[in-house]
Amino acid sequence: METVRVTIDGQEVEVPSGSTILEAARIAGVDIPTLCYHPDLDVKAMCRVCVVEVVGARTLQAACTQPVSEGMIVKTSSPLAREARRMNVELILSNHPQDCLNCIRNQKCELQTLAEKLGIREQRFERRSRTKNNLDISSPSLVRDMEKCILCRRCVAVCQQVQGVSALGPINRGIDTIVAPVGGCELNSVACTLCGQCVHVCPVGAIYEKDDTQKVWSALADPTKHVVVQTAPAIRVAIGEEMGLEPGALVTGKLVAVLRRLGFDKVFDTDFSADLTIMEEGHELIHRLQNGGTLPMITSCSPGWIKFIEHFYPELLDHLSTCKSPQQMFGALAKTYYAQKAGIDPKDIFVVSIMPCTAKKFECGREEMTDSGYPDVDVVLTTRELGRMLREAGINFATLPEEEFDAPLGISTGAGVIFGATGGVMEAALRTVYEVVTGKELPSVDFTEVRGLEGIKEATIDLDGQKVKVAVAHGLANAKKILELIKEGKADYQFIEVMSCPGGCIGGGGQPIPTNKEVIKKRLAAIYDADKGMKLRKSHENPAVKALYEEFLGKPLGEKSHHLLHTHYVKRGKYKI
Amino acid sequence: MPAEKYSSTPNSGLLSDIDDIIRKHQNRDGALIDVLHDVQALYGYLPEQAMKRIAEGLSLPLSKVYGVATFYSLFTLEPKGQYVIRLCESAPCHIRGAVQVLSAIEEELKIKPGETTPDSKFTLEFTSCLGVCGVAPAIMINDQVYGNLTPEKVKEILRSL
Ligand code: SF4
Ligand code: SF4
Ligand code: SF4
Repeated sequence: METVRVTIDGQEVEVPSGSTILEAARIAGVDIPTLCYHPDLDVKAMCRVCVVEVVGARTLQAACTQPVSEGMIVKTSSPLAREARRMNVELILSNHPQDCLNCIRNQKCELQTLAEKLGIREQRFERRSRTKNNLDISSPSLVRDMEKCILCRRCVAVCQQVQGVSALGPINRGIDTIVAPVGGCELNSVACTLCGQCVHVCPVGAIYEKDDTQKVWSALADPTKHVVVQTAPAIRVAIGEEMGLEPGALVTGKLVAVLRRLGFDKVFDTDFSADLTIMEEGHELIHRLQNGGTLPMITSCSPGWIKFIEHFYPELLDHLSTCKSPQQMFGALAKTYYAQKAGIDPKDIFVVSIMPCTAKKFECGREEMTDSGYPDVDVVLTTRELGRMLREAGINFATLPEEEFDAPLGISTGAGVIFGATGGVMEAALRTVYEVVTGKELPSVDFTEVRGLEGIKEATIDLDGQKVKVAVAHGLANAKKILELIKEGKADYQFIEVMSCPGGCIGGGGQPIPTNKEVIKKRLAAIYDADKGMKLRKSHENPAVKALYEEFLGKPLGEKSHHLLHTHYVKRGKYKI
Repeated sequence: MPAEKYSSTPNSGLLSDIDDIIRKHQNRDGALIDVLHDVQALYGYLPEQAMKRIAEGLSLPLSKVYGVATFYSLFTLEPKGQYVIRLCESAPCHIRGAVQVLSAIEEELKIKPGETTPDSKFTLEFTSCLGVCGVAPAIMINDQVYGNLTPEKVKEILRSL
């Protein structure tokens, strides 16, 4: 590797050539303050907070973009650099409502941290609001507060580059610039998937989840309601983190315990309905393979993904599995099968989902999701909202005992838990499809080719002579590549898994802040640990799912399944304006 | 895009004109700006339907097209008058009496910056430096620059149009 020698704050270091000043300084042990810079994104030199003095240069340089050169001498804390940096932050603050006590990002805000780091104690500039009264609450999932936006454009980058959606963009110029959905209109009137990835990259409280915790507190306090909760696979590897434990802490038992403490009547597990999804989706795949159905078939668990294909590729909707997502299958069964079994009138059952996902709030409100005769799921809370409830309730998470999910909708296998990771639905499906089609036991349940953070993964499985080629994509820009292949007739896959968010649900838009590549890797490892720790690891071996078919559904793809567990999609188009 | 921002909805004839313009520039770098220029030259502004068509035709996100169209002050998303008056708002013109020139225009046409006269003849706008500081204060009416203005002179010019 070629290197260059540079001097940073008097210290000579050797760094790879092509490094930016910011990277070189980190090697020298100096953390130059930044604001718009984000390790996973290509956003640069918007905020001018990282300016440094380079000896011989005419002006101050932005450390995040300026590459180092041999013999360069950099002063990161010279009076000139410090004054400029402070001035730039003060100017940002002069346009910013300093509303930290009431702000959703209080203590998790990069601007707040930066102001603290620089020791800003007074305002030299008169405060002026750039935008007025610009709270966008139009969508069921997200709130945008334009007054807090510092125009860093990270959301623009993630939406365009990672999600391939481009719902947001800068509009106008100079002092009039805003970052907003096309045309400055509301988020709900553009093709946005509500994936919430913009929330994760936003450094401040300008985009956040719609808070539904009040609805849950009210239901819990209502003696006429039987309140049940389901928790998605990705929650058990994230709620610990939200409550102050290390990223990747696996806390399944404590999660169950804490939900009981909050007062839920039954604590169930979406992993159960994930297993059920595999039964339905696996048989759907086998049916399509054997009867000339539309192939490749694509998974349908991720509501942001569903909204994406409805907006951008409505002509390909037949490729989607007709299976509802595990969250919605759960809801439909809670108000039918479970209601019957427990002898409770479904109108008194209130279903709460704890999801890693902001798009799930949209999904539960879709008009197709009422097959039980009621809204199948009443309220969706994100991991962050559950954290908020737990902190308010003052429950000491770390000292809780480990408890077990309730039967029957809390019984699951390792195949259910890996739904939380990219490649997990595929792997779970292959475990079942292989054994159902071949009638043989799998030598190993681990399909490692479909694991990991590669954007698009491929594998070929031999089902006793019949080869099935599969692909896995996470991040909608990757899904888009596969859809283009299908459109051009060049996709030779039979089965495809798509999850909206990088890393899968563990990187979902409702997960703890910060969520970035580094954290995602830790949650990913925890998901596979959880799988390994399960006694049963194949969905078709789940005894509660077997009982459900015997007692209630009949068989996979049967009439009752068709009515309760399958759905149809809407052709939306791109420009609903 | 609030619908009421656009006074006329282009018909399908307009779309085929736009497709021709797109074809003309398609394979060039920076085609977007050229296309926006030609479309605006044709219609006097950039209608919403046109921007969607351009986004489709150039395979660009609408947010990108909209961002560029709103970034450059010479592009406009609203229909304008026959004569667009652009008053330089930079410091040299300001010092040399741009404010008085502005009052004279407002008085003569009974419109404020950003507005168009009811007969669609004049639109008044500000612009950044026109680069003719030597003859400040200055305005531009369509493609023509007028310098060394006084309130009287500007009224005369307007009456002559
Ligand atoms: S966005 Fe950050 S700095 Fe702004 S009010 Fe919220 S916490 Fe405070
Ligand atoms: S929610 Fe997703 S699709 Fe919508 S603006 Fe944010 S990043 Fe883009
Ligand atoms: S909304 Fe957030 S991420 Fe987007 S530009 Fe504003 S501050 Fe940056």
